[in-house]
Amino acid sequence: MSGFVPTGQAPDRPARLVEDFTPDLIDVGAHHLCPGCGEPVAMRCAVEAVGQLDLVRRTVAVFGIGCYTAFSNNLDVEVLQALHGRAPSLATGVKRARPDTVVLTVQGDGDMVNEGLQEVLHTAARGENVTCIMLNNGVFGETGGHMTATTVLGQRTKNTLEGRDATRHGRPILLSTLLAHIDGAAFVARGAVNTAGNVARTKRYLLHALECQVRGAGFSFVEILTMCPTGWFVETEEAPQYLGDNLASVHSPGVLKDVLAG
Amino acid sequence: VTVTAPTEERRLLEGSRAIAQAMIAAGCRFFAGYPMTPFTEVLEHMAELLPPIGGVCMNAESELEAVGMAWGAAATGTPAATGSTGQGLSLMQESLAEITLARLPLVVLDMARAQGDYYQATRGGGHGDYRHIVLAPVDLAEAVSLVGLAFELTERWRNPVLVMGDYYLAHTARSVAIPALRTRPAPEWALDGSSGGSGHAKLVSFLGTAKQRDDVGYDLADHYAASAAHLTEMAAGVEPRCETAHTEDADVVVVAFGTPAAYVRAAVRELRAEGRRVGYARPITLFPFPTEAVSLAAADARCVAVYENNQGQMVDDVRLAVLGRVPVHFIGGLSLDSSGFGIAPDLEVATLKSRIQAVMDR
Repeated sequence: MSGFVPTGQAPDRPARLVEDFTPDLIDVGAHHLCPGCGEPVAMRCAVEAVGQLDLVRRTVAVFGIGCYTAFSNNLDVEVLQALHGRAPSLATGVKRARPDTVVLTVQGDGDMVNEGLQEVLHTAARGENVTCIMLNNGVFGETGGHMTATTVLGQRTKNTLEGRDATRHGRPILLSTLLAHIDGAAFVARGAVNTAGNVARTKRYLLHALECQVRGAGFSFVEILTMCPTGWFVETEEAPQYLGDNLASVHSPGVLKDVLAG
Repeated sequence: VTVTAPTEERRLLEGSRAIAQAMIAAGCRFFAGYPMTPFTEVLEHMAELLPPIGGVCMNAESELEAVGMAWGAAATGTPAATGSTGQGLSLMQESLAEITLARLPLVVLDMARAQGDYYQATRGGGHGDYRHIVLAPVDLAEAVSLVGLAFELTERWRNPVLVMGDYYLAHTARSVAIPALRTRPAPEWALDGSSGGSGHAKLVSFLGTAKQRDDVGYDLADHYAASAAHLTEMAAGVEPRCETAHTEDADVVVVAFGTPAAYVRAAVRELRAEGRRVGYARPITLFPFPTEAVSLAAADARCVAVYENNQGQMVDDVRLAVLGRVPVHFIGGLSLDSSGFGIAPDLEVATLKSRIQAVMDR
């Protein structure tokens, strides 16, 4: 039967540990995120981009509060922990006080769009030379799958049991789309980690966003659609497809703004 | 605009200007704020004075951003300050609580409206088991000195220090000397990105987390125990300050803080000149509260009277200081003119004298 490790005979190669697949900048493979979660893939893309551009000794990552906060203590880049929603103003303080640093935020949709919407909008409007990363799974994953401001219409969550209804629960905010209209934003892109192709594209967006910051072009923003099978109440292996059919059908991946492209 | 370098000469300066210059002289290189009377002018002066010396002043979009920006700058080891009035500080409380648990230095100015924010300043409006060091100057000369002390204490204890002023302090001009400009090097825990890739990249967090590779674990019990130990050590280690006068043979001791204390002090002096046995005590540090000094001042008194421009908040700390040995009478109260900015009509020596006399004649 496919999918099972054959145990009838001795393995022909030694077992490999999670650490063997872990990028250098992730200290310890251990995190307590659920199987099928998209956030570790997104984090990997982000730290690989930092490493690839040789920014490791200049980077300060400001973390919000969500499941991804599990990575605040196992990255080998400097980390400043922020409150829920407040990472962009802390990032601003770091960058203004030490302009030679490369500053990025890691926030979720609940953190950035619900709790801290004004923070990211003002930071973009200031043209703050930082990179904000939003891991968007359309639910509050850490609390167990509740509606956020980005949840698509019709999606069932723990507090929209019949599905998100525009009349009762309002409509989702498409943050990247909104930010693309703000003058201070230099680069705005929405990626996803549900397919290998999307992961590769997301990595390119992150590289470009960091390049924007290094070149002093202004505010750069990468939204990354991530799977949350636990919070969506779907099977792990169904989550990538579910992301494509639901989240990505409203929050369309692609580059929304790039001032460097001319 | 010509920016005059702060000097040791005495010059006539408006309070908010002098406080801004004193912060910069003490090493402050990052300031963020949002306008609100009577704090507004401090922000104006910082916006004018900081950039020419290489500092940063941010006109934050709200008090939430102001405290967040100051938090970020503080994490880089840049001497930072923010502030507001009590209302604006209410908005900052969540962050102020976490900045304290993250063991970051920060100076916070509270240009309060009257004295209704004593509880907010001394107890804190945020969540969790934390305190801020609170300094309450009586006048501008003391404010300049306490602003310098605030930057010393916040660096020493890695804990926010709040300087509590008011409308009078911010808007009255006095002749004061601003100390010479000094700088403060970034401490070793400060973030600048450079420890990345070392295997031991730094983490500044209020969550009690530590880098896993350093094998120090993630135990909230350890974090809270360490925070509690820090608080205990700080509360015992910061020297409480109190001004006292005429307490040796006093029948009644009057306790007040901040601007109103200057009026109470004058009233007590006049009563003394009239031969009345009245003393005066003024807490300068509101946390740690000068419990011993207040207790000692009231050692031989028949009773204690407390004047404050609120419905009675510091009176609790005075009662704790004397622990029931003598009665504590509240002779203050809300005293606002229609501006709402804490311009107190009863801050008048004759009025205060009659209230003190009423207690003495009981």
